[in-house]
Amino acid sequence: MNAFGATLARDLRLALRGGGDVLTLVLFFVIVGVVVPFAVGPDQALLARLAPGMIWIAAFLSMLLGLDRLFRPDHEDGTLLLLRQADLPLPAIVAAKLVAHWLLAALPLLLASPLLALLLSMDLASFWRTLLSLAVGTPALAAFGAIGASITVGIGRGGLLAPILIAPLSVPVLIFGVGAIPAGPGPDQSGSALLFLAAISLIACATAPFAAALAINAGED
Amino acid sequence: MSAMTVVSAPKQRWWNRIAHPGQFVAWTRPLLWPLVLCTALLFAVGLWFAFFNSPQDYQMGDTVRIMYVHVPTAWLSQFVYATMAVSALGSLVWRHPLADVAMKAAAPLGASFTALALFTGSLWGRPTWGTFWEWDGRMTSTLVLLFIYLGIIALWRAFDDQLRGARVIAVFTLVGAVNIPIIKFSVDWWSTLHQPASVFRADGPRMPGSILTPLFVMFFAFTFLFITLQLKSMHTEIKRRRVMSLERRAVQGAADA
Repeated sequence: MNAFGATLARDLRLALRGGGDVLTLVLFFVIVGVVVPFAVGPDQALLARLAPGMIWIAAFLSMLLGLDRLFRPDHEDGTLLLLRQADLPLPAIVAAKLVAHWLLAALPLLLASPLLALLLSMDLASFWRTLLSLAVGTPALAAFGAIGASITVGIGRGGLLAPILIAPLSVPVLIFGVGAIPAGPGPDQSGSALLFLAAISLIACATAPFAAALAINAGED
Repeated sequence: MSAMTVVSAPKQRWWNRIAHPGQFVAWTRPLLWPLVLCTALLFAVGLWFAFFNSPQDYQMGDTVRIMYVHVPTAWLSQFVYATMAVSALGSLVWRHPLADVAMKAAAPLGASFTALALFTGSLWGRPTWGTFWEWDGRMTSTLVLLFIYLGIIALWRAFDDQLRGARVIAVFTLVGAVNIPIIKFSVDWWSTLHQPASVFRADGPRMPGSILTPLFVMFFAFTFLFITLQLKSMHTEIKRRRVMSLERRAVQGAADA
């Protein structure tokens, strides 16, 4: 197994076997969605209209919440120091961790989203569009998150800081993510929004490992 | 022989010379008072123009005068970020010690100008648009810019070791600099109410000279205010760092004795 695969497998194994918080994040995601009807009232039509945005907000919040485990455990037990000395360049390692982070933090949310769709009384067509836009957009959220986590990894009390830094940067992801779901009357621009979302995701995933590696190297020496 | 030493000595350019914090302070301190006078003069002239020697708008009346604060601060909110991004580049690429200081000094100033632009904008929006806040492209992207500034300030406060923190923050500043055009574009795409650019256009400004003159004077006044405050807070930061290293040395001396 090559080094990239080994890093990926290690992160997955650690998260799945170590009594991971994967399920906790999924629970958080579902609970954010469930709280909405209590706040805005159980009107089916209103809920169906709000549902795509609510699912996006729930996914956004749960991905911000899970940021801290991306680098901090490795920083605390010294693994990050070893990874920096490894033969595999640090950006490649960060890319492996990014893929693992997406598999652990975003994929379970995608799998749990039918439940929210049911509770928020979405119709099938807009559910498929929401799922598609989540699948295209969450890599960008994970990539921005990796940058935020790498910047705050050296700070002892940095847990809350990463979401604060990353949330403003993620505004375009939310805009195009929700824009990719056709809603209401008016000209349908969801196709171009989905393409923009895909472009942001691709650019973010291509550049984030380098930025995150730079931040880790700058902060660790 | 002496010619040889002159040739082989590394050529000291201003760039390298101001890398020494003490030299930087010694060089720029004489600039401070002239800058203060310049700023005060520009503000005096600009405010006189703005209040007494510029016409009312035929629709907006006297509220148009808010523009003389609103537009310069909005321009500075972006200019200060550009300053920070260039400093971040200097800090990452050349490890220029004063780039760190400039980056740190600019963040609160940029946040203040951005907040001022938003505040005056909402004061202006109430009588003209009938609302303090509207989810419009320019306003929303300025608000996001304010959050980025506040995040950077929070980041500076979180790092115990300012020298190590500076390079990490430089990375974040550059990521933000790449991202801000995308945010701007996406927010514009999302919704639009604010008028498009009307001063800097390819076919010339779309305003009469009687409004443009005070606007440009105020524009320079605010820019000079930024330069003055930036220099002063860089001096303060340099002094703060010197005090910290002296304290560290004192504690070390006490521990050795």
